Amino acid sequence: MNYLIVGNSVAAVGAIRAIRELDQQGNITVVSREKHNVYGRPLISYLLGGLITEKRMSYLPDNFYEQNRINLLLDSEVVAVDSKGKSVKLAGGDTIPYDKLLLATGGDPFIPPIEGLTDKDRIFTFTTWDDAAKLKGISADINRAVVIGGGLIGLKAAEGLNLLNKSVTVIELADRVLSSAFDRPAGKIVARKMKANGIDVITEDTVVRIEGEGGEISGVTLKSGDFILCDTVIVAIGVRPAAAFLKGSGIEVNRGIVVDNSMATSVKDIYAAGDVAEAADFFSGQKNPMPIWPDAYIQGDVAGTAMAGGAKDYEGGLAMNSIEFFKVSTISMGVTNPLNPAEYEIHTYQDIQNYQYRKIVLQDNRLVGAVLVGNVDRAGIFAGLIREKVDMTPFKDSLLSPDFGFINLSKEIRSRLFGPQGKALLSGRAEQAVGH
Amino acid sequence: MKRIYSIEDACIGCHLCEVACITEHSLSKDPVKAFLHEPERPISRCTVEEWDGGVVSISTNCRHCDQPDCLRACISGAVQKNAQGVVMIDTEQCVGCWSCVMACPYGAIQRNLARKKANKCDLCPDRQSPACVDACPNRALVYREGSQK
Ligand SMILES: Cc1cc2nc3c(=O)[nH]c(=O)nc-3n(C[C@H](O)[C@H](O)[C@H](O)COP(=O)(O)OP(=O)(O)OC[C@H]3O[C@@H](n4cnc5c(N)ncnc54)[C@H](O)[C@@H]3O)c2cc1C
Ligand code: SF4
Ligand code: SF4
Repeated sequence: MNYLIVGNSVAAVGAIRAIRELDQQGNITVVSREKHNVYGRPLISYLLGGLITEKRMSYLPDNFYEQNRINLLLDSEVVAVDSKGKSVKLAGGDTIPYDKLLLATGGDPFIPPIEGLTDKDRIFTFTTWDDAAKLKGISADINRAVVIGGGLIGLKAAEGLNLLNKSVTVIELADRVLSSAFDRPAGKIVARKMKANGIDVITEDTVVRIEGEGGEISGVTLKSGDFILCDTVIVAIGVRPAAAFLKGSGIEVNRGIVVDNSMATSVKDIYAAGDVAEAADFFSGQKNPMPIWPDAYIQGDVAGTAMAGGAKDYEGGLAMNSIEFFKVSTISMGVTNPLNPAEYEIHTYQDIQNYQYRKIVLQDNRLVGAVLVGNVDRAGIFAGLIREKVDMTPFKDSLLSPDFGFINLSKEIRSRLFGPQGKALLSGRAEQAVGH
Repeated sequence: MKRIYSIEDACIGCHLCEVACITEHSLSKDPVKAFLHEPERPISRCTVEEWDGGVVSISTNCRHCDQPDCLRACISGAVQKNAQGVVMIDTEQCVGCWSCVMACPYGAIQRNLARKKANKCDLCPDRQSPACVDACPNRALVYREGSQK
């Protein structure tokens, strides 16, 4: 069996481990456009800000590829998929055949058409290790930076530059930062903390023109007419599934590559996982891209299992983010900002002065979302309750309590989770380990 | 693999499992030194929860899951499952993003805020059986072969 994986990030790792659990013999080839072994993509802002060294970028020990007998092709881009001939074509012209193909190409940064953008030198995106390294390389020359986009990636870039003592202005089109991941009060707390640390945040405005002579940037002009002085611009509007190379392959692509609950695409023997895929949402079952790290791992695991002949059903993507800005921890999961609040039961507690906030969202007595700011301890208990669709009717009163835990739930739940009763005894048989 | 199971009816709410865990993960492995004299007191990996002043109590701990949510969520690769099945955090590698705290449905990861590092049960690699299990005076914690669920 010849497995071919395009992309060498977390979805690929989930898939490699799943394949190797079921098939130790098959050949696995991984092709990646980047020149690095798998690394913690979300760590690039830590690298830029000097919080970690390059050594800690590695997501896994270097012997991972050898141990799993991976044929790794770095610095190679797949430019086309021939699903009839079952092969892919590389930018260099070579073709690689496959029996089972996984597309785990993640997202490409989206660059909007802004006047003056194409002919300037110091315009950056911020999604790869090399992006962070380039910015760090010229950081001595940066005085003032403008970050276009106040989503997770934009704020992370802003934080990294702020840690290097650069003056940074974030420009966001919506009325607040982090509008997709967080609700209003949580977004406000983050914005407040950023301002307190010297990052300017401008909302409900956008950059219409990048000003300057030749390749040099002198500033940006906003839609409101304001002018912001800067010498460097980071474009962080968002990422789009990296699926452009699939044109003509016959694979169904909507916003992302459309997949079923085993991560199979519309074409036989081709799978997709991670940021590039469009899989079912946990609540609605509707297909959406879910560009978060944990989900990319899970989708990779489901895809790898199916590719190696096993079966694991994808439970549906559950949005979750844990973001720490300037020592304020924020965790959000599930439905946090419903469009039609009347259909939900919402409980909140806030103490904005002390950066504390808690929001619990229920629907039909089931927990569907939570936002925690400040005290985020044991937040995962809420994720478990959402996934298990536990009837919360008897436990609602305790949900906002800062030390909410299993003691607030029923004895039956506690003993199912922690008790020895009825647990299978695997005496004499070693359990299969998932680690490598 | 061997796991720690918790018997709620036998738990007397004495918190000795937490004391034993803190001691085991201290520099001196001596409770008095660990609590009084060491520069940094470890955080207990097991959590005793109580209700109604201790009428109901249970010691909760890591399940060393077959498919650990903490591992899948970790953005740095600090969480790994070893060949024996023990789920461990490489403290050097951890960046304190709390993604694992967000993901663990058992509430089994603690935040070390002073060091900005996540902390979890390692099943006491230097011992035959975990310190919490050995310390429980009423055998509310058992260590034996069994499944996660
Ligand atoms: C700055 C930043 C911070 C983030 N922080 C968080 C966070 O805190 N929490 C969180 O959950 N998520 C975070 N994310 C998102 C997270 O990184 C992604 O969800 C995750 O990396 C997706 O993994 P993936 O395996 O799907 O693809 P990716 O990590 O995007 O990797 C895809 C790989 O495929 C390669 N590739 C693409 N096309 C081709 C081709 N045609 N041929 C060959 N190779 C190709 C790419 O070069 C890339 O290396 C962050 C992202 C960024 C940029
Ligand atoms: S920390 Fe939580 S998710 Fe991780 S292995 Fe332990 S119980 Fe499972
Ligand atoms: S806090 Fe540390 S161990 Fe937990 S997810 Fe983040 S990097 Fe991984």
